Amino acid sequence: MRPADKLVRAASGFQCQIELERAGQIADCRSILSLLTLGATQGSELLLRAQGPDAEKAIQAISIMFEQQFDEANVESNT
Amino acid sequence: MKFAVFISPKAIRAELAATTKEGVIAELVHALVEAGEIKAADQDDIIKAIMKREELGSTGIGRGVAVPHTKHASVEKLIGTVGVSPTGLDFESLDGQSASLFFLLVSPPDRPGDHLRALENISRQLRDETFCRFLRQSKSPDDILQLLEEADGNQFSG
Repeated sequence: MRPADKLVRAASGFQCQIELERAGQIADCRSILSLLTLGATQGSELLLRAQGPDAEKAIQAISIMFEQQFDEANVESNT
Repeated sequence: MKFAVFISPKAIRAELAATTKEGVIAELVHALVEAGEIKAADQDDIIKAIMKREELGSTGIGRGVAVPHTKHASVEKLIGTVGVSPTGLDFESLDGQSASLFFLLVSPPDRPGDHLRALENISRQLRDETFCRFLRQSKSPDDILQLLEEADGNQFSG
């Protein structure tokens, strides 16, 4: 759940609304409780969506976080 | 993942005595020892591992709830317990509020996704304000167990 924590912190820095979707379920990136309900484990397929004035920037920033595996590449999995 | 799959009924604690973060973690790990879920010899190591995980970022997820957890080689399947603190305590939660509901989880190292499946269920149920309120008002482990069973029976709500 550390990645979820990092996502919330990052998303809170943008004005736009940011959502993550997994298997038809949608979560608000600003709420860790909401993100945890996705039950997304490592390797899950997720859809990232943002709407608002800085949506493009938000998508970029958050995509990079996923690509860099939340800086946890050498931590054994996402606890 | 339903509560019944990972919550040890004998380790459930209403009216926790601890008033600190480390205290409440120790009290719940001890409850798992008393319930026979983990060995007394592993108790200190598990408490230390959970505290180490907390240093990376609090598992106090807001709404007065915390989900301290760790992996530990001594368990063969995900085990967990629930505790309620009558007064609440500072858990360095993300929203700055005190925490009074605790779900403590210990999972085997080779099943890293299990605790996330448990957290999925916990967070889903906690979105229900009534569930949280009744949990906080619980005066006995039996009250808590009954609530968890009801939540399990109603898994698509929330």
